[in-house]
Amino acid sequence: MIIFYVISFLIIYIQVFYLVTFFENRKDILIRSDGNKLILKNYPTVTIIVPCYNEEKDICLTIDSLIKLNYPRSKLKIFVVDDGSKDGTWKVLQKYNSNPLVKLFKKENGGKHTALNFGIEKNDSEFIGCLDSDSSVHPEALKRIITFFNNNKETMAVASSILVREPKNIIQYAQQAEFDMNHYMKKMLGFLKGINVTPGPFSIFRREVFDKIGLYRKAHNTEDQEIALRMHTHGLAIDHCPDAYVYAGSPNSVPKLYRQRVRWTLGFIRNSLDYKGLFFRPKFGTVGMFTLPSGFIPILGTIFLLLYYIDSLLNFISNKVLQLNATGFYSMFNGNIHFSLFYINTNVFLFISLLLYAFIIVSLILGRKMVYGRKVFSVDILLFIIIYFFLSPIWLLKSVWDAIRSRETNWVKERDYSLNTPV
Amino acid sequence: MRNKKNDWKKYIIVFFITIALFAVAAGLSNFFTNKKLNDIRSIQNKLSTDILSSETQFLLLSDLSCKQDSGEVNLSGELNDLAQKINYAEQNLEDNSQVIELKKEYSLLEIRDYLLIKKINEKCGEKFTPILYFYTTANNCTECVKQGYVLTNLREKYPVLRVYSFDYSLNLSALKALLTIYKIKDTELPAVVINDKTYTGFQSLEKIEEKALQLNTTASNTTSSNTSGDSKHK
Repeated sequence: MIIFYVISFLIIYIQVFYLVTFFENRKDILIRSDGNKLILKNYPTVTIIVPCYNEEKDICLTIDSLIKLNYPRSKLKIFVVDDGSKDGTWKVLQKYNSNPLVKLFKKENGGKHTALNFGIEKNDSEFIGCLDSDSSVHPEALKRIITFFNNNKETMAVASSILVREPKNIIQYAQQAEFDMNHYMKKMLGFLKGINVTPGPFSIFRREVFDKIGLYRKAHNTEDQEIALRMHTHGLAIDHCPDAYVYAGSPNSVPKLYRQRVRWTLGFIRNSLDYKGLFFRPKFGTVGMFTLPSGFIPILGTIFLLLYYIDSLLNFISNKVLQLNATGFYSMFNGNIHFSLFYINTNVFLFISLLLYAFIIVSLILGRKMVYGRKVFSVDILLFIIIYFFLSPIWLLKSVWDAIRSRETNWVKERDYSLNTPV
Repeated sequence: MRNKKNDWKKYIIVFFITIALFAVAAGLSNFFTNKKLNDIRSIQNKLSTDILSSETQFLLLSDLSCKQDSGEVNLSGELNDLAQKINYAEQNLEDNSQVIELKKEYSLLEIRDYLLIKKINEKCGEKFTPILYFYTTANNCTECVKQGYVLTNLREKYPVLRVYSFDYSLNLSALKALLTIYKIKDTELPAVVINDKTYTGFQSLEKIEEKALQLNTTASNTTSSNTSGDSKHK
C-alpha cells in the first residue's frame, strides 16, 4: 500500500508541476493563425536533411511538403540522404534531380544517424533541421520556428508539434490524443528549458550545436533523445514551437504501436542510464531535477498498477474456483445479486485515480488549445485512456525487461513495408 | 524565457499543493467511509429494535398460534444484508477498528436471534433449522471461504435454514461462551453446529443439506416444493 501512495504522490506531483508552470507562463504561449503570414527581419540559411531507407511510398509527400515551405528559396536547401535503400526509393527520388532546392545523396546503409551526419557534414547553413521520411510539414512551420531563434539567442534547438498524419483508425486517433497531451507537456518543459528529446519529425538546430557537441551518435535507435541529453550536458537550451505543425506517419495497428513504444521507452531508459550523471544534479536544471526522473515514474506506476490488477484478477479467479468447488457450476449463477450504492468502492485509490484522469483530460484540453488555438474535447481522449490502459503496461514491461536483458529494438519493423526487410 | 536555474520555491509549492490534493482525496474517502459505517450502524439499530420487539411479542403472545409468531420474527433477510455489508466493509474500508466494533454488535444480534429462534422451535416444533458457523479471518483459511459459499448457497435455497456466522478471532465474551458450549477450537475451523452437534472441518453442500433438512420434518414439509425445484439444477 505504501508503494501505491508513494507512486501516486509522485505522479500527481508531476501533473501539478506542469499545471503550475502553465499558469506561470500561459501569456507567453504563442499561436499564430495561417491568415497572418509572418515576415521575418532576418532569414538565416537553413538545410533540412531527410534521411530515408526503403521509403518509396511516402518520400514524395515528405519532400513536396518541404518544397512548399514558405521560406526564401535562396535560404533553403533540402538534402535527401538515401541510406542504402533496397526498394525503389532512389528511383522515385530522381524526379527531384532537377529541382534547385533539393540535393540527392546515396550512401551505404549505416543507420539513421549516419545519414543525418552525412547531410550535416555536407552543408554550411546557419541552421540544420531533420525531417523523418514519413512526415510532412506545415508551410509556415519553418518561419515560426526561426522566430524562436531570433527572439532568444540562447535557444539552440526548437522542436515542433507532431500531429498524426491523416488518422484513419482508433489506434491512430488514440495516438493523436496522446500527442496533443504531449504538446502541452513539451511546451511547459520548453519554458523550463527541460526538453529531453528533439524529435526526428522536424527539429531545427543552430549549426553551432554540432560544432560544440559533435554529430549524431548511434543511441539505441533513439538518436533524437541522445542528442538532446548531450545538449543539456553542454548547457544548450531546447525550446518547443507549438504552432510549427508536422504531420508524422504513425503506427496503424497494435503490433506496430507496440514495437514503436518499446523502442521509445527502451531508448528513454538506455539513454537516461547513459546520461545518469544528469539525474538530480541542480546544475543541469529542469532536465536533471524533473524531466528525466519524472519519465521513470509512469513506468513504475503502470507496472505497479498492472501487478495490482493481476493480483486482483488472480484473487477473483481463485475465489470463483473455490466457489465452483464448494457449490458446483450452476449455483455460481444462482446467487442473489443486490445492487446498492453501498458497494461502490470509495477508498483513497478511487479519488486519486479520478484525480489522475482529470489531469489527463486537462492536459489534453490545454495541449489542444496550445496547438489549435481553441479548447477541443473529443472522444479521442476516451480511446487514448482505454487503449493505453490495456497496452501501455505491456510495452513498458517489455521495455524494462529488454533493458535488463540488454536487448536492442528494431526501428524499421514499425513500418509497413519493412516487416520482411532485414535492417 | 526563464533562467535555467532551478526554481526551488516552485518545487516546494508544488509539493504542498500535492499534499493538499491528497488530503482532499483522503477526506472524501473518509467521508464516504463514515457514511457507510453509519449505514451499517442504522441497520444494526433497526435490527436490534426488531429483535427486541419480536422477543417481547413472543413472550406476550406465547399462548397464541405459532404461525402468527413465525412471520414476525423472520429477520433473516435483514441479517444477511447486514452480514454482506459488514463483510464488504471489513475487506474494503480503511477504518477497520470501527468495522470490528460493528461486527461485534452484529454477532450479538445474531446470538439473540438464534436464542429467539430456538425458543420458537421449542414452542412450535421445528419451524427453523439454525446453523452456527464458526470461521476465522486471522489465518488464510480457504476451507472457511469454501464453507461460506456452501452456507450462502444453502441459505438462499432453503429459507428455513438460519445461518449464523461468527468470526472466531472476535474478542467478544458472548461469543466465547458459544465457543465453550460447542467446544470449538481454532485449529479445527471451519466448524458448523447443526442441532447442537458440532462438525469440524469443511462440510460439503450435500452433507449439510442431509443433516440440516432431515432433522427438520416440519421444515422439509413446508419447503418440499422449493427443494424439489432446486434439485433440478444439480
